[in-house]
Amino acid sequence: MSIGVGVFLKICQERIMKNVDYDLVIIGGGPAGLTAGLYAARARLKTVLIERMVPGGQVLVTDWVENYPGFPEGISGIDLVQKMAEQAKRFGLEIETDDVLSLDLSGQVKEIRLNDKTITAHTILIASGASPRRLGIPGEDTFWGKGVSACATCDGPFYKDRVVAAVGGGDTAVQESIFLTKFVKKVYLIHRRDELRATGILREQALANDKIEFLWDSALTGIEGLTNVEKITVKNVRTGDEQKLPVNGCFIWIGILPNADFLGDSVERDEFGFVRANAHMETSVPGVFAAGDVRRTPLRQIATAVGDAAIAAFSAEHYIQNLEK
Amino acid sequence: MAEGVFEVEDNNFDAEVLQSEKPVVVDFWAPWCGPCKAIGPVIEELAGAFGDKIRFTKCNVDNNPVTPGKFGITAIPTLIFFKDGKNVDQITGMVAKSKLEDTLNKLI
Repeated sequence: MSIGVGVFLKICQERIMKNVDYDLVIIGGGPAGLTAGLYAARARLKTVLIERMVPGGQVLVTDWVENYPGFPEGISGIDLVQKMAEQAKRFGLEIETDDVLSLDLSGQVKEIRLNDKTITAHTILIASGASPRRLGIPGEDTFWGKGVSACATCDGPFYKDRVVAAVGGGDTAVQESIFLTKFVKKVYLIHRRDELRATGILREQALANDKIEFLWDSALTGIEGLTNVEKITVKNVRTGDEQKLPVNGCFIWIGILPNADFLGDSVERDEFGFVRANAHMETSVPGVFAAGDVRRTPLRQIATAVGDAAIAAFSAEHYIQNLEK
Repeated sequence: MAEGVFEVEDNNFDAEVLQSEKPVVVDFWAPWCGPCKAIGPVIEELAGAFGDKIRFTKCNVDNNPVTPGKFGITAIPTLIFFKDGKNVDQITGMVAKSKLEDTLNKLI
């Protein structure tokens, strides 16, 4: 007796489907990862979210979030992401603490190499986020975490009645500089251009704040001190003139870089390393999706990350349904 | 015996940390620090896993003005790893749990 080819293939396929650990592996536990986890769990996809430390991502270092809808008074970053995690877990999202070392995307079944095991999945969502970029100037690495910081909510209160420098002109730099004025005597806001890039309301607040002194057309070029930060060098980018200013600390908010080293050349990325994904959040590899700050995108906000992620989970679900046919 | 995470203060820091026979981790934190709150549960987990070999403590920088200054703390969360009363390692900010585990393994 023999079984038909169709039945045989079906059995093989079922076996392949069964031996794969997960329908979806989500890499990263920020707003994008947690939202995708919520949608995937509700879609009843067998899903795990891999996070290297604790869920939250960059929102954890945001003192107060005022532009995420649904919270008219604003909400603290940590409260917001903890609520997101709680909501995803309520629908059964599994969260594991581990590092993703590399991906093998050569087969239809994808492999994710972790610290001491390798897991397999039909689909992967890259939601590993981004990290603050550094200037690469003398003194920056020496004093990082000891007077140089990218986290006002962590470190601002240490500078009560002191003088600090902040670098940047975007939303983060301006919002966090305003936050710093709750503690410090003065913030020098150092910006390469002669106007702020930050959104209107933040610009207005900063320009009206008399604790913020703007150093326009300027770049921070050096940080000095013996054991603590004592002074900085600021260069006027138009005239080339340099001046030394005494400060007690520096905050650097000059943009971000993607957390994407583990990707190598497994998926297509742009010149800065951000992952290219289309409107369906599909990367260059079928079954691999990207969402949030790690993706090449014109705006990086919590609101855009959760939007990307909902689409990505939906696309992953469709991809898996087509595999099963 | 593991004892969870023990609260240390300015007045008992020398006795509890510097003179401890076991290696000690001090987690400098404050209630207003989001990342400090976020990593709290991970520190508790690590205390459960490493607690018989390493003593886990935390120091609230708001209530204890002397100790954080002594170690030049201007950023939190900062973890300082002490062995025989000496600061042998220091980690500031959010890092991977595996990095904390590696640092703890080196301390034993």
